[in-house]
Amino acid sequence: MPDAIVAEGLVKKYGDVVALDGMELTVPEGTVFGLLGPNGAGKTTTVRILTTLLKPDAGHAKVAGFDVVRDARRLRAHIGASGQYAAVDDHLTGAENLEMVGRLYHLGVKRAKQRARELLERFDLTEAGDRPVQGYSGGMRRRLDLAGALVASPPVLFLDEPTTGLDPRARASLWDVISELVTAGTTVLLTTQYMEEADRLADRIGVVDHGHVIALGTADELKDQVGGDRIELSVTSAADLEAVRRTLAPLAVGDMQIDATALQVTIPVTGGAAALTTALGHLSTERITVRDAGLRRPTLDDVFLTLTGHEADEKIKETVR
Amino acid sequence: MTIVADRGTTPTGLAERPFGLVRHSLALGRRSLIKTLRTPEQLLDVTLQPVVFVVIFVYLLGGAVSGSTDDYLQFLLPAIMVQTVLFAAPATGVGLNTDIKKGVFDRFRSLPIGRSAPLIGSVLGDLIRYVVAMASLLAFGSLMGFRIQTDPFSALAACLLTILFAFCVSWAFVFLGVLMREPGGVQGVAFMFMFPLTFGTSMIAPVDTLPGWLQAWVSVNPVAHVMDANRGLMLGGPVAGPVAWTLLWSAGLLAVFAPLAVRAYRRRA
Repeated sequence: MPDAIVAEGLVKKYGDVVALDGMELTVPEGTVFGLLGPNGAGKTTTVRILTTLLKPDAGHAKVAGFDVVRDARRLRAHIGASGQYAAVDDHLTGAENLEMVGRLYHLGVKRAKQRARELLERFDLTEAGDRPVQGYSGGMRRRLDLAGALVASPPVLFLDEPTTGLDPRARASLWDVISELVTAGTTVLLTTQYMEEADRLADRIGVVDHGHVIALGTADELKDQVGGDRIELSVTSAADLEAVRRTLAPLAVGDMQIDATALQVTIPVTGGAAALTTALGHLSTERITVRDAGLRRPTLDDVFLTLTGHEADEKIKETVR
Repeated sequence: MTIVADRGTTPTGLAERPFGLVRHSLALGRRSLIKTLRTPEQLLDVTLQPVVFVVIFVYLLGGAVSGSTDDYLQFLLPAIMVQTVLFAAPATGVGLNTDIKKGVFDRFRSLPIGRSAPLIGSVLGDLIRYVVAMASLLAFGSLMGFRIQTDPFSALAACLLTILFAFCVSWAFVFLGVLMREPGGVQGVAFMFMFPLTFGTSMIAPVDTLPGWLQAWVSVNPVAHVMDANRGLMLGGPVAGPVAWTLLWSAGLLAVFAPLAVRAYRRRA
């Protein structure tokens, strides 16, 4: 299978700040690649370079066989991009927004209108289609923006944090749409801060930190790397924390996190629910009172903590500083 | 699902098609036109504001300068047409700056269209504002007693010349709009230049009453040429010289600022 997107050694600096530091990625045709990382890790910069909005300081990249710098103009006919800040026009209606993009792609007035209607219907915006975008909800704007990226049915699609800031329902509906696109054979590069999103949509995930990919694999591979699931326990007294640590140490597949203030222990485990049952059994044998216990999938924070030794949040603070 | 089924329509080499730039600019101009029509309050500076200026100048200065408000209105109106479009022109740069900041232009930049198309589109779409300005000034002027002393075609020529000049000047504001970080900054810088250019003319007082140094400025100020041309065309008097100067200045401004604006836009990350 040929590669739709190839980036090699991309470097981008803004003054002293290194936004990209040797970014490498390869996305085979018809697959979804998720770039996962916190704010400031270099996700958006990568997308801006691959969509020809920005020139790299070093390295090179090809999208749909076209060099992002030398063949920028021809490349643009083969991509669609939908961004973090829905790039739609407030004063125009949904239909007008899409028609305008259609005209810019030379679809012809009639075909542009027809295409706009098709997309509005597909994205559940038929009713809102003739209202100015001003009155749209966040989710509707994102859907319209995504529709705008699809007007010319591009073979390669870039989605920069498509669901950041959306409520869970809007997010789920956008996920459905993206999943369908993928089934239809579009190559997608997706950036996200949410493990769950990458998990749901991406065939392969690259974890980004400090402007380059620090881990690469399927969602399952990455989660196994960070220790499958997490058991979260809270106890009633600080004195029990040490006992919990001692009792459950054999179950843990990585470092346990103990929060003495919240009286909470987080234990990376494999084996899901069975591990939780085992853990609770051990604690009951030791007569340790558990106030609350649960099993959860690893979050981006867990992946980060394990892969980089620092939390995703800390990374944000560092970047701001 | 047919979202990507019609892959056959995937366009290639669009920008190389003949008249591509013209079609793209017109499509984007249409966008900017729709925006203007949906927000009529953005037309206040070309409808109400010039009327207010006319009323103030005519009743405040008319007696002192021309001895009668009627005579002064004849003197003022052809000139204030120019001031009105020049005051309206920075809005193109302000709007552009806002759009770029909001990310709307990122979408355009990732499309296979010429990089200058979004800029040309903005300028074209705003031409409607100048047309509205001419219409409202002439309508209100004639209510107050302004009479064209030549013929309707010459008056139309004056309007077209004014709009052409504004079109060329607005590229300077497009340049500013692309260059500057904040919409407010665009406005501020634009008006710093606008005041000496529009008031440093014969607009509100005859040139021979001005001090020598100011007369020297008026004689080189392009805006003064446009005002003279309008007076010639609407009231009678010399036409050829001022019109030639106006056309020359228009061509010059366009030739300098349009390429600068496009270049700055290409560079803006």
